[in-house]
Amino acid sequence: MDAKTLSSVLFLSFVAVTLVIVYRAGRSTKKASDFYDGGANFSGFQNGLAIAGDYMSAASFLGIAGTIALFGYDGFLYSIGFLVAWLVALLLVAEPLRNSGRFTMGDVVAFRMKQRPVRTAAATSTVVVSIFYLLAQMVGAGALVSLLLGITDPGMKNYIIAGVGILMIVYVTIGGMKGTTYVQIVKAFLLMIGATLLTVLVLWKFNFNISDLLGAASENSGKKEAFLSPGLKFGKDMLDAAGAIDPAATLASKLDLISLGLALVLGTAGLPHILIRFYTVPTAKQARKSVNWAIGNIGVFYLMTIALGFGAAALVSRTVLFRGYTTNADGLLVDKTGAVITDGGTSGFTLDHLKDLSADAKKLLVPIDPSGNVAAPQLAQFLGGGEGTTGGAIMLAVIGAIAFATILAVVAGLTLASSSSFAHDLYANVIKRGKATPEQEVKVAKIAAVAIGVVAIFLAIAVQTLNVAFLVSIAFAIAASGNLPAVLYTLFWKKFNTRGAVWAIYGGLAAAVILLVFSPIVSQPLLPNLAAAPLFKEAHFAWFPLQNPGLVSIPFGFLMGWLGTITSNEKNTAKYAELEVRSLTGAAIGKAVQH
Amino acid sequence: MSEQQHGIWEATQASTKFQNLRKSYRGFAFPLTIAFLVWYFLYVVLSAFAREWVATPVIGHINIAFVLGVLQFVTTFLIAWLYERHSSHKLDAPSDEIKHEVEKALGH
Repeated sequence: MDAKTLSSVLFLSFVAVTLVIVYRAGRSTKKASDFYDGGANFSGFQNGLAIAGDYMSAASFLGIAGTIALFGYDGFLYSIGFLVAWLVALLLVAEPLRNSGRFTMGDVVAFRMKQRPVRTAAATSTVVVSIFYLLAQMVGAGALVSLLLGITDPGMKNYIIAGVGILMIVYVTIGGMKGTTYVQIVKAFLLMIGATLLTVLVLWKFNFNISDLLGAASENSGKKEAFLSPGLKFGKDMLDAAGAIDPAATLASKLDLISLGLALVLGTAGLPHILIRFYTVPTAKQARKSVNWAIGNIGVFYLMTIALGFGAAALVSRTVLFRGYTTNADGLLVDKTGAVITDGGTSGFTLDHLKDLSADAKKLLVPIDPSGNVAAPQLAQFLGGGEGTTGGAIMLAVIGAIAFATILAVVAGLTLASSSSFAHDLYANVIKRGKATPEQEVKVAKIAAVAIGVVAIFLAIAVQTLNVAFLVSIAFAIAASGNLPAVLYTLFWKKFNTRGAVWAIYGGLAAAVILLVFSPIVSQPLLPNLAAAPLFKEAHFAWFPLQNPGLVSIPFGFLMGWLGTITSNEKNTAKYAELEVRSLTGAAIGKAVQH
Repeated sequence: MSEQQHGIWEATQASTKFQNLRKSYRGFAFPLTIAFLVWYFLYVVLSAFAREWVATPVIGHINIAFVLGVLQFVTTFLIAWLYERHSSHKLDAPSDEIKHEVEKALGH
């Protein structure tokens, strides 16, 4: 059996096992509200694993390992931001949210406000953030399949994306929160085992000497010591046409790094699919314990990504990490304009003669896959014995199947978060004005899950060329700009009111999305000498020089929340008393608020 | 919800016991949040603007950037542990006590 068949068999077994789990979870569901909170009876430990399973996406596993493998230290900056972010959730959000809400983020933000405008806003930003994040995962699934199973036919890739979408709809509609939680627990468990196995094997190769591992990685990367310091990917020194440093473009590039850091650290506590996980435990104390378990798991995992990334850089050849370089119809290596690289000679070079190229000519090579997403699976294959060996095939298949499982668990969590918010915030509280029965609500939630799943399938097929890490960082920036200000203000600021909440959410959301449209990710930058590989290469309207909008849009969200609040006369002192007492003590926990 | 019930929340909020709980929570969580955010941004800013300094080797191929990065992990684990300790020693008991009083008054 070859690696591709084995990978498919393992992945299909995971799907079969999870379908059984989800079916059983669905059958044991009694109350309608179980759809949202899984019965609110998971332990802190179980929920901690589920949070880790919900959070550690394909972008974490494949993306960070790949970024470290190709750019060295800079990939580590992602890991740190993704982990430190959990302290915001632990210290400020998890316990008060569990204590004062029931099913959605909107429950807490609208607690003491006029229900309809605030819930509409909360549902809008929940769906927007979730869809961006869903697209990232589904595009990632399509890419992963083509990498691991060698499928290059675009039609086949579309079927894979559709398959992932259908599976997530099935998980959510049949299993609800309970089924989704079990899928996430199983996935977290598999991911930790897979990552630990690879880490131990990598460190073993270097006699557990990390300095030697780093040395070998910097040597093999060809970038020497620069590979071990920040600067190869983020905050680069930008050069002008004459080769001198351009101060404006360099500053923009460094500010972009800070913007990314801000979005990562403040995004997590505003991600709807993470927030609703706190409702699956019975008390604030268990919510706190879940976050502590999650921090332990996620922290250890991100430490392991260092070994995986640098291990791949040290052990796997650059050509393999890039999946080779672009060649023409005659098999000759070409540069980005399609011209044959002659390197001063008269004839070109084939891939077999790569090593004969001079250093200058090597710079012209165009990697087939510059993202490095295959670094972790390729490392697994190497550690198992290399290409063509049984051990290598088994390792590649196992790690590939775990990566699929990772994507499935995350997309299920996202579909659940957005369909819950649609049904509970928009349908029950805005359209039906709180008069819907729990059964009606859940029915709408399931229909919404199908609708959101179908929309996500078609959007993901349409935007397949977008970079996965880019889509994830947008989701983080939007969550930090649109959701976090409203959540923090409502929990801790007495004067906060309806207008403040509505302005904070729409203001932050709009700022993030508008700045993205005018960023060098969508069109060519107006500021000269900036690095850009935009979606529309012929268009020039990127007046905003940063790729990540967070540095501007997050403070803007906070500013709008403040401005909306002070320009409105609405006061809700009595309701704030109730919110504050409930959020700190858990009195009347899980009981709906009477309006 | 009746006027009387609203009164219960406001009276509880105004009570010394609740105010002490609130102070004990905010007095711990807020400064710690500011501290870890400052420490994190110091790390990010150094990564962006102090490239040469963070590239200084410490032991073998391990440089200052690497040490700072691992220290971020250490402080995250440490803060999570400190907060758990503070909550379970100082916050859980008074918070439970107030919860029971409120629920009794509300007739739950």
